[in-house]
Amino acid sequence: MARSGIKKEQNRFTWLLLTPGILLIVIFTSIPAITTLSYSFFHWTGFTRGTYAGIENFQKLFTFPFRSQFLSALRHNTLVFIGIYLIQTVGGIFLAYSLYQLRKGQRFFRTIAFFPVIFSLVIVGYMWQSLLNPFNGPINILISKLGIHSGSLLWLGDTKTALPTMVFINLWRWVGFPTIIFLAGLNAINSEYLEAARIDGASDFQIFRKIMFPLLAPSMTIVSVLTFIGAFEWFDLPFILGGSNGNPEGAADTLALMFYRLSFGSADSIANEVGVGSALGVIIFLIVGIGATLGAKVLRSREVEG
Amino acid sequence: MKHLITKNFFRTVLIINALTVLLPVFFLFNSALRETNDFARNPLVLARKPYWHNFTKVWDDGSFPIYLKNSLIVTGGSLILILICSIGAGFVLGRYNFKGQNLIIGFVLTGMLIPAKLAILPLFIQLKWMHLLNSHFGLILVYTAGALPAAIFIMSGFFRALPADLDNAARIDGASEGQLLRRVLVPLVKPGLAIVAIYSAIPIWNDFFLPLVFLQDPSKKTIMQGLTAFFGEYQSQWGALFAGLTLAALPLIVLYLLLSEQFIKGLTAGAVKG
Repeated sequence: MARSGIKKEQNRFTWLLLTPGILLIVIFTSIPAITTLSYSFFHWTGFTRGTYAGIENFQKLFTFPFRSQFLSALRHNTLVFIGIYLIQTVGGIFLAYSLYQLRKGQRFFRTIAFFPVIFSLVIVGYMWQSLLNPFNGPINILISKLGIHSGSLLWLGDTKTALPTMVFINLWRWVGFPTIIFLAGLNAINSEYLEAARIDGASDFQIFRKIMFPLLAPSMTIVSVLTFIGAFEWFDLPFILGGSNGNPEGAADTLALMFYRLSFGSADSIANEVGVGSALGVIIFLIVGIGATLGAKVLRSREVEG
Repeated sequence: MKHLITKNFFRTVLIINALTVLLPVFFLFNSALRETNDFARNPLVLARKPYWHNFTKVWDDGSFPIYLKNSLIVTGGSLILILICSIGAGFVLGRYNFKGQNLIIGFVLTGMLIPAKLAILPLFIQLKWMHLLNSHFGLILVYTAGALPAAIFIMSGFFRALPADLDNAARIDGASEGQLLRRVLVPLVKPGLAIVAIYSAIPIWNDFFLPLVFLQDPSKKTIMQGLTAFFGEYQSQWGALFAGLTLAALPLIVLYLLLSEQFIKGLTAGAVKG
């Protein structure tokens, strides 16, 4: 076939193969994303659009009764981020380092460490709910048998412990993920550096702190950004364990739960506020977008070439 | 000597971690094999005589097999569409040079940043308008659109990595572009297809949010969404509850036991370089 013939066939082929995928993304992702923004500038009755509202929906979000809900949800998201981020980073690096030290059996323990990541949060949520059941849950039985605490702890039913308990459950499901990423980061470190340091008499701890930890920076960037996004869009686990109101008594309310209630109504009232909900959606998107971009920028600046 | 102590220390850490991971799952399986009253008396006892009746009860109740079938339809349908579209677009973006290519790549990359959850309201209204609410097909299209940007990105990387000589050799042998793609290149990007399949299918199988919003008809519900209804229905019937959870968890557990390396590689794709 002549060159021009191939070129022609390629041209036809290009658009034939690209169009279906691009069209699907445009219709079911891009257009809805852009429309969310436009929704926030209109009055709504149920799912019917009314007149132009200017920034009224955003103002509403910051006045009674939404203001206090918004601030409490934002506080919870922030706490969840800090809690998950700290424990997961320290724990993930610790587990990854332990795996790294193990030549024999690394694969076996790695497979187990990653195991919970494949579970649906629905299953994880209900499984832990029964483990933490105040009346006949194994955790409470063990605690009273060991004599640490008598009587039944409420865990997910107590406003003080509900959020930390959910954070723990989230960690159980997720810590294997950063562990694998940190392990890949450790395995990618040029062993000549480590050998050289060892010959110079550096201790294991010094090698970790001065060489390995700085070289883990790229893995750290990825884990941090993913955790930030996940924490500020936190929905599944609090919804499964506490319903759309973030029970008990809103102690586990999050921005995404509030967004859901405003969009589709809640257990208490089926009335929804599409305009205010969309405004909240835009704000969550801004928090996540700006936070992740800035965070990635700062973290990337401390990455060094390994 | 010191070496041995540190080795044992890290081994102990990993054993404790393994117990933390496995004991709750073991508790789930064990409790699924116990009669409810027996469980209520003491939850922490081994199921010496497995009480299989919990499983038959859940299965014969009728909705469980339907949920499973629906999940298979939705996940399978989405997966097929995702693979077809990402092979096509990945091939074109990875191996051709054409006008507007960078624009398309930029568009695909932005698509990866849009959180589908926050666009749920317009999507809901749009699907209603398209008569795709309460439909598996509608759900499949939404999942496909959500997974495609990452899938296209991964596939174009795999296509780009293949040597250029392959194309020229095939063309000299008289292969059309379609034959080149199907016969020569697709067999060579199979590892990429496995990654895309796991990366996109597992979150779809596990998801309950989109079905929660888009599917109201009980006969259409997926397994994870169905579990929430199931949990309300079987309150305090522990045996059946645990059997239901076990049944829902089992398919992925079995697959993970068989393909753990592919699962780890697939699910961390995009987060781990190389």
